Amino acid sequence: MLKLLEYEAKEYFKKYGIPTPAGKMVTTPEAAREYTAELGKPVVIKVQLPVGGRGKAGGVKFADTPNEAAEAAQQLLGMTIKDLKVEKLYVEEKVDIVNEIYLGVTVDRNSKKHVILASSEGGMDIEEVAAETPERIIRHLVDPIDGLRSYHCYYIATRLGYSGRKMRQFGAFIAKLFELAVGMDAELTEINPLAEVEDGFLAADARLNVDNNSLFRHRELEEKLLDSYQGEFSGREMEAKEKDLTYVELDGDIGIIGNGAGLTMATLDTVMLLGGKAANFLDLGGGATSERISKAVKFVLSDERTKALFVNVLGGITRCDHTAQGIVAARKELGSEKPIVVRLMGTKEEEGMAILKENGIDTLDTMEEGAKMVVMLAGGS
Amino acid sequence: MTRFIDKETRVVVQGITGDQGEFHTKLMKEYGTKIDAGVTPGRGGQEVEGIPVYDTIREAKQVEEIDASIIFVPAPFSLDAALEAVEAELDPVVVITEGVPVRDSIELVARANLRGTTIIGPNTPGLIKAGESKMGIMPAQVFKKGEVGIISRSGTLFYEIAAHVTRVGLGQSTCVGLGGDPVVGLDYIDILKWFEDDPETKGVALIGEIGGNSEERAAQFIKDGGFTKPIAAYVAGRSAVPGKRMGHAGAIIQGGTGSADSKISALRDAGVAVGELPSQVAEALKELL
Repeated sequence: MLKLLEYEAKEYFKKYGIPTPAGKMVTTPEAAREYTAELGKPVVIKVQLPVGGRGKAGGVKFADTPNEAAEAAQQLLGMTIKDLKVEKLYVEEKVDIVNEIYLGVTVDRNSKKHVILASSEGGMDIEEVAAETPERIIRHLVDPIDGLRSYHCYYIATRLGYSGRKMRQFGAFIAKLFELAVGMDAELTEINPLAEVEDGFLAADARLNVDNNSLFRHRELEEKLLDSYQGEFSGREMEAKEKDLTYVELDGDIGIIGNGAGLTMATLDTVMLLGGKAANFLDLGGGATSERISKAVKFVLSDERTKALFVNVLGGITRCDHTAQGIVAARKELGSEKPIVVRLMGTKEEEGMAILKENGIDTLDTMEEGAKMVVMLAGGS
Repeated sequence: MTRFIDKETRVVVQGITGDQGEFHTKLMKEYGTKIDAGVTPGRGGQEVEGIPVYDTIREAKQVEEIDASIIFVPAPFSLDAALEAVEAELDPVVVITEGVPVRDSIELVARANLRGTTIIGPNTPGLIKAGESKMGIMPAQVFKKGEVGIISRSGTLFYEIAAHVTRVGLGQSTCVGLGGDPVVGLDYIDILKWFEDDPETKGVALIGEIGGNSEERAAQFIKDGGFTKPIAAYVAGRSAVPGKRMGHAGAIIQGGTGSADSKISALRDAGVAVGELPSQVAEALKELL
């Protein structure tokens, strides 16, 4: 999931006509001073990082004058939050908030529809509101064929207690956010808080998480993908992303490579059940080539914590002969002596086993036997 | 009504000229699937594995009798390919393609529902009627005609458990991969309903994984008496870390929901035999049947 920073999300908000306070991304105290002077108003200065909880971490400051803004920016730019150095700030006009609202759009897996979430409890952790006072969250499922019509938006606005001009304004706001959610393939877009001001509504914050699978429609976002992973993933996980591997770092000493998320998870679970601890989860995905398999094997074996490796491949769209070639190539290239346990079944199984046998790598018939063997080789219980 | 396949089902392969389409067309044909046509826009007039290729489904239908479609086209083109199949009244439509945007799946499922078409996938291994026909990428050798129906969100874990079912001396009736994405055409409950009425299915293996709550909803359906045949289950992801996506876009424990423990206890509470190892699912079914 591609998580855009607030200032990036707000560029898209503006594109879709969603009212936002005047603001600018800056990287120096001097730029913060200049922009505050240009606005001629008090401002709020917010750190721009791909992690949550910036308010609690002291990453938001208020300033009344250009000099105060420069000083606040100076302090914020030196900060480190959740191991990430603050390099970007968003300087925004401070608005007089009458009321704080929550508004979001996401996908409801069960109904297979987009869902609009709205609550008068803005500014709070919405998951907490959902857990403690679910009646304070309005949910509207959008029929994919009928779409979101103006009257649906008015129903939501009315349920939040608005009438007259404010009701129409908030209705239009919902329509625009939904248009953005669909247009930008958002897995989640939310505004918390959405500021009700004297004469309307403003997006005081902005979150826009884009579906990775949709990037072919949003080419301009592809280059932001790796940046957006910062803070969420470890160094090795970031390295894996650069290599286009689906990898999760864990704290054990047994390397695990499987194909398919379910099988790879089951392999981890089985190793754990038999007393071992996995160093990682690596899912080759569907249809891996021998080059990809070799890359994955090298990546896991080169982890110094890994004492032994278990490769568990069930050939469907992935071919066992390709898997075997990849393993053999990786071991040759690395010159690694670490034990490798392989279990192959399915498409081109016999060819794959023959390749491994020629190269002195033994195979086991079942996942459970393989797991038992690798736990023993890693010196576990 | 959910529609599956048998040896009479005539299939068109959309994306037949791609590497995966061609490779699996050959394997499906070897298994006994009746593949009468292939479609790749711009490749009409060619042949793949002796099967004629057409530019569009409409053109294929003018010449061939076809009932159902399996789709291997790349993600950016898969929505249109699937809608073409739905519009041509093919049923079921099996979308093997990985990496389909959720927005496209929402639209596809909604449009298919309007026409009553069964969508399987996206990101699915497909479905198989053991010993008769397969519309999918599953390795044929692990299946043997028999009495166990299998439903799974995962592909490869489904083959793993199918192999154990065969090893203990049972076999499979119809097996369906739901697909690993957050939004897919069918849920466990749709298939449990179908298995309840299917005379060839005597028992069911349900294979779940972390993320969402469809296993919990299936458990409630069983508890409420919607499914009465013997059933055993496995849930992957007991060792998963909350907040970390385990491969599938759908496989993530979020905000306290979607954990393996929650699913296992809901299923056990509904009287389902839940195995700690994949092999135990087959052993439990052996005992129950």
